[in-house]
Amino acid sequence: MDFNLTDERQMLQDSLRRYLADKYTTKVRNEILESETGMSGAIWTGLADLGVIGALFTEAQGGFGGAGFDITTVFEELGRAGVVEPMLDSAILGGRLIAALGDDAQQALLGDVIGGTLHLAFAHGEPTSRYDLSRVQATAVQNGDDIVLNGRKAVVANAEAAGYLIVSARESGAADDVDGISLFLVPADSAGLTLRGYPLFAGGRAAEVSFDDLHLPSSTRLGAAGAAYPAIAAAVAAANVALAAEALGAMETATELTRSYLMTRQQFGRPIGTFQALQHRYSDMLIELEQARSAVINAAGHLERDAQQRDLQIAAARNLIGRSARLVAEESIQMHGGIAMTQEYELAHIAKRIVMTDHRFGDTDYHLERFIALSAA
Amino acid sequence: MDLSYSPEELAFRDEVRSFLRDELPKELSDKVRSGAELGKADIERWHAILNARGWFAQNWPKEFGGAAWNAVQRHIFEEEAAMADAPRIVPFGLSMLAPVLQKFGSKAQQDHYLPRILNGDDWWCQGYSEPGAGSDLASLKTRAVREGDHYIVNGQKTWTTLGQHANMIFCLVRTDPDVKQQAGISFLLIDMDTPGIEVRPIILLDGTPEVNEVFFKDVKVPVENLVGEENKGWTYAKYLLTHERTNIAGVGFSRAGLDTLKRIARIEMSGGRPLIENPHFAARLAKVEIDLMAMATTNLRIISQAAGGAAPGVESSMLKVKGTIIRQEINDLTRRAVGPYAMPFPSETLEGNNDPVGPDYAGPQSAQYFNNRKLSIFGGSNEIQRGIIAKVKMGG
Ligand SMILES: Cc1cc2nc3c(=O)[nH]c(=O)nc-3n(C[C@H](O)[C@H](O)[C@H](O)COP(=O)(O)OP(=O)(O)OC[C@H]3O[C@@H](n4cnc5c(N)ncnc54)[C@H](O)[C@@H]3O)c2cc1C
Repeated sequence: MDFNLTDERQMLQDSLRRYLADKYTTKVRNEILESETGMSGAIWTGLADLGVIGALFTEAQGGFGGAGFDITTVFEELGRAGVVEPMLDSAILGGRLIAALGDDAQQALLGDVIGGTLHLAFAHGEPTSRYDLSRVQATAVQNGDDIVLNGRKAVVANAEAAGYLIVSARESGAADDVDGISLFLVPADSAGLTLRGYPLFAGGRAAEVSFDDLHLPSSTRLGAAGAAYPAIAAAVAAANVALAAEALGAMETATELTRSYLMTRQQFGRPIGTFQALQHRYSDMLIELEQARSAVINAAGHLERDAQQRDLQIAAARNLIGRSARLVAEESIQMHGGIAMTQEYELAHIAKRIVMTDHRFGDTDYHLERFIALSAA
Repeated sequence: MDLSYSPEELAFRDEVRSFLRDELPKELSDKVRSGAELGKADIERWHAILNARGWFAQNWPKEFGGAAWNAVQRHIFEEEAAMADAPRIVPFGLSMLAPVLQKFGSKAQQDHYLPRILNGDDWWCQGYSEPGAGSDLASLKTRAVREGDHYIVNGQKTWTTLGQHANMIFCLVRTDPDVKQQAGISFLLIDMDTPGIEVRPIILLDGTPEVNEVFFKDVKVPVENLVGEENKGWTYAKYLLTHERTNIAGVGFSRAGLDTLKRIARIEMSGGRPLIENPHFAARLAKVEIDLMAMATTNLRIISQAAGGAAPGVESSMLKVKGTIIRQEINDLTRRAVGPYAMPFPSETLEGNNDPVGPDYAGPQSAQYFNNRKLSIFGGSNEIQRGIIAKVKMGG
């Protein structure tokens, strides 16, 4: 048993924490939130130069990490600082799907991703698919050497910045069959591709994406026809580990902001942190935080195991963190009083990041159901 | 024990229903239902419709032109209005300031301000809280010094709800710094156009400019704008706080919210079936509905006592705590119900110049969830309410 970070990961954590403390101030972040693109190119380049993106890929893929604990090291820091840049979309989802399924030519794109010059987006969820991973109704039809895509994708994060969209579409089977789903690497400038972009509540941008008779060469398919689901499930598993770690980092910041506010805010002639009613609730937040930390460790430690074990641990982590993170977000706001309700104050953004993780790849109840199903299996 | 309304109360409810059906403009109820922001004109329009019917000043005595409804009548109206998606009545002039003026104001103040409140000539905001004085309101520092016929006011108020629409503000100010905190506070009426007042918006975490900071620099306020006696302001403020508490439980809002939630959960699909059939979701929904059913009866029990003349005491603190927990839980479930479509920030669609992203009901849900975190913070935070309950019961 060893719960310490390796030296490499410790260095990564230290340098990333220093970089973000220095560069990703509340002021900078608020400017990013207000910006047209919803992200900072300078920060993205900075993160790439620091090796943060490379840490999310294996050596064979051109990086120097790629394991579950590399993901959690990076995303915990991104969560602590409330980073809105699309690391999840470009590196974890996009990167892993290409790494898992791409041929040599497609794999070559990973160098640009790691270098910070190429963004990706995973266009998978549909207007009525909610969190069901296998529910794909967009269609891909072979037409000579071409593939013709039709369908709609919902809330596709980072779609506008992406050089390629990784699009799921059904080549066979019924609407929620696991078999029959393929992935395609769709260049952003393809004819027949329409994006309607908008800002997200907790920062960053997404788009409603539609394909109307979008023609592609069949060489854009990632992997074998109709066989993409296991890779999708694995990439989403990694995304869930990242989201859990991000929420954990955000919870750390929320509890720390609350601690210092309780110690400095004076009402009735004394710091409000001297009221036992608040002390106990602050303590409960810390207890939940440590539970969340352990859940993240459990999930990350099982990311490379077989799908059944991996998914059970991940469902457990996201359910637990869904509960504890909501508690931490809501209690932090409550114990701050009015100040936490203002957009300018750091906690408001952190609380939004926390709560909005509940809407990506399954909410607390979804993961509870997954856990029940997987533990019965 | 009789759980049903009396025939008179039922007749009144029918009257309220037909009024809402005939008089509530569809543009307004559509906005309320979709969670769109109501502008000043929208609110003034609704106030005027109510006033034309004599139902604006529901709690005012007849002598001041009010409807003099009892607590049960007010409860019925509030519930029916919420269910019909009527705009909320803005309370600051009507149900906060007016009762204070009616009890403690001069004849001249009553004659001047009360009709203006009824007619919508003045928009009042509430200047109590300060950066350093929230829960501990009595520690407020905004200073008013008497100089001849005027007070000179210096200081800052904050969290002033809808101050951007207001032309008048009622303020608690310190007139005697040398006595026990509560004994040196006065209640002043201040014209927002007076030189030296600056209003700065505070953007809330959902992006709305709902509250403001109000700065006072050497603001001259005529002495006739003092309500009651100098240094008695705390008594009036407490009267104001305890006076208007029938809707503290927000039963109508919760019922309307629950209706919306169920409507959404019937449309949203999860695992190929309507979300409302999902056992975990259904269990959460049932729990909050069960809580609401009981609280609605608690609310009526307390209200009917009040209608019989008994003053609600710790019960209103209980209703505040439970009522806000229930409303916040409904907001949380509604946010979850809309799934990934809770993520878009509905900036453009809220302003109405674009089609909504995803289903039309999804847009405002995250914003409402976050915005309603305020419910357990303002109006005496839930911690302060719990403190009151224990103090009264244990004589602390
Ligand atoms: C959206 C919004 C609108 C508002 N509108 C208005 C308005 O129009 N006019 C106006 O005057 N004010 C308004 N307020 C201010 C509101 O009344 C204050 O926010 C409230 O009184 C709490 O004060 P505070 O925010 O300074 O928090 P604080 O008083 O600093 O409280 C911080 C935390 O400490 C807790 N706490 C404080 N004292 C104790 C204690 N003794 N024991 C245990 N816990 C304690 C509180 O419950 C809270 O959790 C508004 C606030 C909000 C958020």
